[in-house]
Amino acid sequence: MRQTTRLISLGMALGLSAGAALAQVESEDPIKLTLHDWTGQFITTNIMAAVLEEAGYNVELVQADYLAQFSGIESGDLHVAMELWATTAADAMNASIATGNTVSFGETGMQAKEEWWYPIYMKEKCPGLPDWKALNACAELFATAETAPKGRYLGGPVTWGGYDEERIASLGLNYEVIHAGTDAAMFAELEAAYQRQDPILMWIYSPHWAPIKYPGEWIEFPAYSAECYTDPAAGENPAAAYDCGKPTGPIYKAGWVGLEGKWPGAAKAIKAFTMTNEEMGAMVGKVDVEGIPLEDVVDEWMTANEAVWTKWIE
Amino acid sequence: MMGPQALPGPYALMRPRALLWPALFAVSLLLALLSVQIPAWLLRPPPTLMIDLAGATSAAMKWLVEDATFGLFTVKEATRAIATLVEVPYDAARILLVDGITEGKGRRATTIVPPISWIAVTAAMVALGIYAKNLWLGLLIGALFLYLAVFGQWESAMTTLASILIAVPMGVAGGLALGIAAFLSPLFNRILSPVLDLMQTVPTFAYLVPILFLFGFGPVSALIATVIYAMPPMVRITTLALRSIPPELQEFGRMVGCTPGQQMRKVLLPVALPDLMVGVNQVIMLSLNMVIIASMIGAGGLGFDVLNALRSLKIGAGIEAGLAITALAVALDRLSQALAARSGQGAVVTGNWTRRHPKTVAVLVLIVVTGVAGLVLPWVQTYPKEAMLSTRTFWSDLVEYINVSYFDQIEAFKDAILINVLLPVKRFLLALPWVWVLALATLAGWQLGRARLALLCLGLGLFIAVTGLWEQAVTTVYLCGISVIIAAMIGVPLGIWAAANQTAGKVIGAFIDTLQTLPSFVYLIPVIMLFRVGDFAAMIAVVLYALAPAVRYTAHGLRSVQPELVEAGIVCGCTRWQVLTRVRLPMALPDILLGVNQTIMLALSMLVITALVGTRDLGQEVYAALATADVGRGVMAGLAVAAIAIIADRLITAATARARARLGLAGE
Repeated sequence: MRQTTRLISLGMALGLSAGAALAQVESEDPIKLTLHDWTGQFITTNIMAAVLEEAGYNVELVQADYLAQFSGIESGDLHVAMELWATTAADAMNASIATGNTVSFGETGMQAKEEWWYPIYMKEKCPGLPDWKALNACAELFATAETAPKGRYLGGPVTWGGYDEERIASLGLNYEVIHAGTDAAMFAELEAAYQRQDPILMWIYSPHWAPIKYPGEWIEFPAYSAECYTDPAAGENPAAAYDCGKPTGPIYKAGWVGLEGKWPGAAKAIKAFTMTNEEMGAMVGKVDVEGIPLEDVVDEWMTANEAVWTKWIE
Repeated sequence: MMGPQALPGPYALMRPRALLWPALFAVSLLLALLSVQIPAWLLRPPPTLMIDLAGATSAAMKWLVEDATFGLFTVKEATRAIATLVEVPYDAARILLVDGITEGKGRRATTIVPPISWIAVTAAMVALGIYAKNLWLGLLIGALFLYLAVFGQWESAMTTLASILIAVPMGVAGGLALGIAAFLSPLFNRILSPVLDLMQTVPTFAYLVPILFLFGFGPVSALIATVIYAMPPMVRITTLALRSIPPELQEFGRMVGCTPGQQMRKVLLPVALPDLMVGVNQVIMLSLNMVIIASMIGAGGLGFDVLNALRSLKIGAGIEAGLAITALAVALDRLSQALAARSGQGAVVTGNWTRRHPKTVAVLVLIVVTGVAGLVLPWVQTYPKEAMLSTRTFWSDLVEYINVSYFDQIEAFKDAILINVLLPVKRFLLALPWVWVLALATLAGWQLGRARLALLCLGLGLFIAVTGLWEQAVTTVYLCGISVIIAAMIGVPLGIWAAANQTAGKVIGAFIDTLQTLPSFVYLIPVIMLFRVGDFAAMIAVVLYALAPAVRYTAHGLRSVQPELVEAGIVCGCTRWQVLTRVRLPMALPDILLGVNQTIMLALSMLVITALVGTRDLGQEVYAALATADVGRGVMAGLAVAAIAIIADRLITAATARARARLGLAGE
């Protein structure tokens, strides 16, 4: 992998050496970018790393937990987190920014969506979908021995939040939430169900490879509004909050407050980084569905988008 | 030693005291049925009782990281200095095995001198195998390392090996030092003993967050967590080995005028060496057990490959990387066992250094030759991609085949157990009033170990109650309890079979070795695909992991029953079945109980992994705390797990001692 990146960067360096020689960087110390546990984030981070390297910076990729990383960022052990989803990390990120040791680097341009989801073959078995009002009629279909007579909804890890228990209560759904421990467990169930074409109703998020590999649809809940989550009077059920769908939100970048002082050029490039959902979805699909090595996908993006990223590091 | 007394038979059940527990069980059932009428404060520990220990722990941690100081420097500066110190040998090992000497920093680094080639590393391991035992061991280890190369696991395996190479000496040296100190000072021993209990029973995830705070993000924190996890057996074995040295030898050392230092270095430690090597072996195996968890906080290597493959459901890739960990574990295990058997002997060869160390010379020459040749012929340096093999599609096809063809049967079986066993037991346990459970635990402690044990059970139970984790703790007891019973039901017969038949013994031995070293995460994903997220999948994972000691200790206990007793049984005209049930099994009971005890410990240590499936027990608390970097919450849940483990351990140890006394076996 290093071989290819190196060849490409060598080629770039030779090609560009006449005009823009490798920029003189402010500090040789490696900038530490965090890696978590999903492919999209690997791609975003590797692209950012490759771009920073093109600008002459030294980069290190560090495995760190999605939420635990904030303590590392605050202390300056870690420098950049490339994907902070408004849907799952907003509270932790804002708390970290409030300490004064973390700063936001803006939005990535990608929009996070999280919602109840079912595979497309369920539409025949439960004709009312994707409208949420059809769910109760199909509860038996989605039930298992553990939850019967209630339908079974496979939720994300407890730490992801999401207010699904509250949603079920306030919308009067005849369902029970079973929390998976990790997203690996969640998608293992999806794969198994898909192989058998069995009913499954679960939490899916995008951009992710699952909705690319397995065609399916999102449940259409009453549209989200901030009041719906805080004010019982708003939304479908006048007596309860959380009686609507989940919010969508931007995916942010953030990092250590000292980054801008130490590597101003890098900070500028990180702030400039943007990507669309479609671009990301296609790349995630290449890695997870087609099995192309991640490095090759990143290299391919770098070659195809040279005009884009050279602007970030000008 | 007393001769064997009357064998315990059905008479034992006739004593009135034996009716006590069935009666208590009946009362429990009644209480569970009545639980609706029982006031809430009797059913669950009332909130007024709870103490915010988690908050206090978090605050203490914050103080430790931010403000605590030794005067000249802060605690954090000290821990960071240690981290830098540990990083030096780790980097050196990485240079030798993975990175080579590079220029530049971070990902831009370019290699100047390559790392040791795969051929040279494999040859060095073969040479070590021949040195430790014989050609066969050398060939076995060579084959295992070849697996790493052929299946494309080389670079990751060397990253893992590099961290093992650093973690093991640290664990051994630390264990040795603490063990010697405990041997020399009884007071220190008394203080250390409960600390070791905690180190062995608190789930690793519970202390990962504090370690991350203190030592920073990256491989060093992972190394330190590994050392904490792997060190306790070394401490225990060191103290035990030194204690069991005959006093005459110690006298002898003093008589010839050894200083205390010489006494330790020249007399005691050499004598204890074979035992100490058993400890080294334990440290190696436990370090490898930590590979997956360590990779979650930045260790990289094979653990990261397993996690990463399974997260994108590449089952085959996950199994291959998992088997690479098993291969590494088996190679290092056999090697260290052979070295343990060898220690203390070894022929003296004379001549100059090269004459005395032909294998070392050969390996050094090979390192240089392959290093130079590798510059021209890339396949000498790195195993060529074209020649790699993969069984990936086979594994995922296999799981898909089972899933599609047999799911209905699997589901029916699962539902039957779930509805008839798991759910009723869970409801029963959760419906018991906490005061009653506490009373039962205390009573069991009193019966088996009088006031001391009763107080211990009561104290630890109260601790769980005041942390506010009662419900999670009961769920933990339910999940682990059922898993241990099932593991014992499978493991004890397997152990009996293994003891009765040599071939079966070998096959079963290899099977449980693999189960224990293969990271549980590898079989967790197929298990979820076949059994869905839920208690059943978690139970299967726990049973698979915790099976091994039940099998091993049963087989060991049966094999070590005195032959005269078996003879006596045969002479008395017992059938084979009677010999087994009336003589061998009762005599092996203490060993079997010990095995069950170990099974419980392993089941509890699997909690964190089952949290990845999605349970609602203490493991989930610990895991959720890790995900939210909540130090106090994680530590409290970890201590609650430790409390359960210690109660179970002490009760069973006391029961074992009683069984031994009754059978007239020498106490420990």
